[in-house]
Amino acid sequence: MGFRQKHILGLEELSSEEIRFVLDTAESMKEVSERDVKKVPALKGVTVINLFFEPSTRTRASFEIAEKRLSADVLNFTPSESSVVKGETLLDTARNLEAMGASVIVIRHSMSGAPWLLARELRSSIINAGDGSHEHPSQALLDLFTIREIKKEIAGLKVVIVGDISHSRVARSNIWGLIKLGAEVRIVGPPTMIPRDIEKTGVKVYYKLDSAIEGVDVVIMLRIQKERQESGLFPSLREYSRFYGLTRERLRLAKEDVVVMHPGPINRGVELSSEVADDVHSVILNQVSNGIAVRMAMLYLVASGGGNV
Amino acid sequence: MKILIKDGRVIDPSQGMDEVRNLFIEDGKIKGYPLNIEELERDPNVQTISASGKIVSPGFIDMHVHLREPGFEHKETIHTGCAAAAGGGFTSVVCMPNTNPVNDNASVTEYILLKARTEGVVNVFPVGAITKGQKGEMLAEIGEMWEAGCVAISDDGRPVMNSRVMRYAMEYAKAFGIPVISHAEDINLSSGGVMNEGLTSSMLGLRGIPNASEEVIVARDITLAELTGVHLHIAHVSTSGAVRLIRDAKGRGVNVTAEVTPHHFTLTDKSVLGYDTNVKVNPPIRAKEDMEAIREGLRDGTIDVIATDHAPHTEDEKKVEFDLAPFGISGLETALALALKLVEDGVLTLPEMIKKLTSTPAQIIKSTRGTLKVGAVADVVVFDPNKIITVDRERFRSKGKNTPFHGWKLSGCVLYTIVGGKLVFSN
Repeated sequence: MGFRQKHILGLEELSSEEIRFVLDTAESMKEVSERDVKKVPALKGVTVINLFFEPSTRTRASFEIAEKRLSADVLNFTPSESSVVKGETLLDTARNLEAMGASVIVIRHSMSGAPWLLARELRSSIINAGDGSHEHPSQALLDLFTIREIKKEIAGLKVVIVGDISHSRVARSNIWGLIKLGAEVRIVGPPTMIPRDIEKTGVKVYYKLDSAIEGVDVVIMLRIQKERQESGLFPSLREYSRFYGLTRERLRLAKEDVVVMHPGPINRGVELSSEVADDVHSVILNQVSNGIAVRMAMLYLVASGGGNV
Repeated sequence: MKILIKDGRVIDPSQGMDEVRNLFIEDGKIKGYPLNIEELERDPNVQTISASGKIVSPGFIDMHVHLREPGFEHKETIHTGCAAAAGGGFTSVVCMPNTNPVNDNASVTEYILLKARTEGVVNVFPVGAITKGQKGEMLAEIGEMWEAGCVAISDDGRPVMNSRVMRYAMEYAKAFGIPVISHAEDINLSSGGVMNEGLTSSMLGLRGIPNASEEVIVARDITLAELTGVHLHIAHVSTSGAVRLIRDAKGRGVNVTAEVTPHHFTLTDKSVLGYDTNVKVNPPIRAKEDMEAIREGLRDGTIDVIATDHAPHTEDEKKVEFDLAPFGISGLETALALALKLVEDGVLTLPEMIKKLTSTPAQIIKSTRGTLKVGAVADVVVFDPNKIITVDRERFRSKGKNTPFHGWKLSGCVLYTIVGGKLVFSN
C-alpha cells in the first residue's frame, strides 16, 4: 500500500497500516543517515517551512536536519509573541508563507487544533509538530520506531505512560499509536492529571506507579511542568517525585529487559532519577537520533502522497 | 393595514386553541376569527394570506438574544438582529445587557429602546445588568432600568460569583416584580475551558468545562431563590444535573423557570471533533446523556422555554485557533426548524412547542404579547412545518453567520411574520 494522507495531523487519524508504512519508510531513511554523505534528493525543489509558535530546540532541529537530508529548501519562521500581539492571525501568517511558495508547513503551536485550521484553509501539506495538549505525532512515531527497533514487535507489549497525561500531547499520540499497533497501554499519574473518560479509549488507568509498572516492557516518562503545581494540580515537585518519580527500585518491578523512554527535556531528579536517566535501560538518546529518520519519512510521505512532488 | 389570514391551523396555547380558522387583523390588533370572509376578501384594503395547510401562531418570543448594540456593531446591530428575528418568526426579542457600555443604567436602556423603535422591525425588551459593568460587585440601578423598560435583570455572559451580591440582587428585584436570570457558571470550575469536559475534550486536548460548573451555581441560585422568594429564571440549561435540580425545586414549589437552546437539545459534544469553532458556545454543547435529559426536561415541563441565546460573531473572529474563538452561535434563523425536530421526535406536541416559544416566555417577562386573543396586539407568525429547507448561513439576515447547522436539511419554514399588525417578513 501507499501513503495517501496529504497531512500528518495526528495518530488518531492514521490507520495501523499507515503507521507501519511510516515506520518502514523511516527504516530506509535511517539507512541514509548512516551513510557518509547523509543526503538524498527526494525533496529537491520543495520548500518546507518550519512554523514554530512555541519554543522548541529538539523538535525544530530534528525537523530541520530531516528536511536538509532530503534536500528541501528550508525556512525557519519563529513568530515572536509580539507579532501575534500586533494582531496578525495564525491564518494570515500561514497564508503569507504559503504565498512564498511553501508546499509543506511544519507547525508547532501552543493551542490544540491549530494545525487543523491550517489544513482546512490552506493548500499546503501540514505536519503537526505538536499542538497544545493534543497530539505530537512525530514524537509518538519515533517512540514507536524505537520500541519496534528494540522489541521487534509492538503487538502484545505492555507499555506504561507516566505523569501529567492531561497536558501531554506526547501521551495522546502514543496512546493512539500503541493501541493501534496492538500494545496494552497503561497510564499512571495523579488523578488531577488524568484526562476525563480516557479509559474509554481502551487504556488502563492507574494512580499508583508501583502497580502500573509491574511487568511492563516499556516505560514512557513525561515531563512535569512546574506551572501545573501553581494551578493546584499537585502540591509540590517533592511530593510528585516521591509518588511518580522513576527510581531504580521501582524499575525493578518492570520486566528485566524494560526500556525507559522520555521525550525530553528531562527534569533530572524529578520524574527520573539521574541513575535511571543514564541507565542501560534508557533509550533516550536512541529516540533523538531515530527522530530524524522518522521525520524524514513523514516529510517524504506527505510531500509525495499529497501530490506536491 | 388589514390582514386576513385564512384557513390556517391556528394554534394559540394562551387560549388553548388548535383549530382551522380565519384570523383577521385590523389596526394592529387581533380583530377576531371571522367565519364568513367573502366580504373581507372583496375589500381592496385587506391583504389576504392563504394559510391552508400552514400553522398560524402568536409570534415567537425569544427570551435570550444578544443584539450587540451598542458597542459591537460589527457583530450585529439592533437593525440586523431584529431583521434576523423576523426571519426566524420571532416578533419579540429579549436582549442581554453585555453590550459596551453595559446596559447597567437607564440611559443605555433608553438608547436600545430608541434604536429598536426607529430601526427594528420586532419588539425589543431589554434585560438590565444585575451589577454595574457586570462586574459582580455592586448592584446596577435596577429600579431605573425597570422604569425605562427592562423586563428582567441578568449579568448574562458571566455569573454573579459572589453569593451575597446575588442574594441582594434577588431581594432588590422583588420590589419591581422582575425575574432574575441566572447565567449559571462557576468561573473557577470552568476557567480556561472551551468545550464540554469528557472523552471528546480529553482526546482533542482542549480544556473542558465540567457539568458541575453549571450545577453548583444552579443549586446555589435555587437556594437563594428559596431564601428571597424572587422569580429565578435559569438561562441556557445544558446539563442533566441542572435539569434534575430544577425539577426538584419546582416540585418543592420554588419560583423557578428555565430555558434551553436549540443547539443544546440538538447537538452533542462530538460535533467539536475537527475543531469547528462554530460549535464553540457557552455553556458548551454537552454529552448525549445531557441532551437526552434536556429533552426529557422539555417533555415533562421542567424546562419552560425554548430560547436561542443568539450570539452573533464575525467570520474573522471565528476563523482562529479554537482556544481564541469567541463563544456563541447565531441562532435566530434556525430555531424554528430545530424546535420542530422535537415535535418530529415525539418530545413535544406542536402546541407544546409553540407554548414554549410564545405564552410562557411572555408570562415570565410579564408581557401581554404571545397571544392571539381578540384585542391583543397582532404579533403573528405563519409557518409551514413540513417544508424542507437547507440551512444556508449566507442567506441569514443576521450579521452572524456562525452556525454549526450550515448545510443541514431540516423541515420548517417561516412564511410570514407580522408585528403589531404590520407584515415585516414574508418568504
